[in-house]
Amino acid sequence: MTTLAPRVAVVVFPGSQDDRDAAWALGALGAEPVFVWHAEAELPDVGAVVLPGGFSYGDYLRAGAIARFAPAMDAVRRFADDGGPVFGICNGFQILCEAGLLPGVLRPNETLSFVCRDVRVQVEHAAAPFTSRCEQGQELTIPVKHGEGAYYAPPEVLVRLEANEQILLRYAPDDNPNGSMADIAGVRNAAGNVLGLMPHPEHAVDPLLGSADGGLILASLVDAARDRVFAASV
Amino acid sequence: MRATVLVRPKTGILDPQGQAVTSSLRKLGFDVGEARVGRLIDLNVDATAPDAARAEVERMCERLLANPLVESYEIELGEGS
Repeated sequence: MTTLAPRVAVVVFPGSQDDRDAAWALGALGAEPVFVWHAEAELPDVGAVVLPGGFSYGDYLRAGAIARFAPAMDAVRRFADDGGPVFGICNGFQILCEAGLLPGVLRPNETLSFVCRDVRVQVEHAAAPFTSRCEQGQELTIPVKHGEGAYYAPPEVLVRLEANEQILLRYAPDDNPNGSMADIAGVRNAAGNVLGLMPHPEHAVDPLLGSADGGLILASLVDAARDRVFAASV
Repeated sequence: MRATVLVRPKTGILDPQGQAVTSSLRKLGFDVGEARVGRLIDLNVDATAPDAARAEVERMCERLLANPLVESYEIELGEGS
């Protein structure tokens, strides 16, 4: 293993759908992706973790409600507690909320329609480990595809999220696809090392796909993974 | 012991399913107020004492069956299995 291509875990649940796309994108951006089956109790030695999109456990009961009890999630929690960067995309975001690693919950879209299209999101804060390659206020075009993406948190929690700068990405005001509160597209934890995001950056890493803007977020994560692997090696 | 769990969206939480049902019923000519759509879960639990059974099902609700942020639940216990 070299620190030049940091290993990044992609956790695979039954019903994960975007695990291979996430791995491909991470590889294209200079990481060495490692698939981790949900039944694994330990993570391999990695610098970051991605929980991919899809429909883990068929989204039964509530999206993410069953996946949070997978053995791999205990390992992800330990990794996050240790400061490791954890990035949940779409279903991964739903899982992180159900697991309590992020505040709030994703509710069915306001329109009840499954929405699948490009959206414009704004970077609220440019900082490691997820948006270091972006500029504050930068607008990114990244696709969404979900039926349950309306972020909800109780009003007092929302106030705290705003005050702590935990709302990392917002839909452009005229481009909220799901009725999410405060146009929230992505939320990080108080420590700043866990992010959930409804749009799919792994589907926007090449102009041929319509946009390469998602690459900025994933490349930021790869930078953070490289830093973590390097820090552990000295 | 038999248990039935009713899970409902909390008051004030947007319930798009309920809204769709409400508007469909009104289109069909029914004079209805607001419909809310929840979920019903039938269970058999080993406990035979009602208090123990209720406590067990409450733990299930808190851990898995409901998300307390946005859902409330109600437990009904019945005899038999």
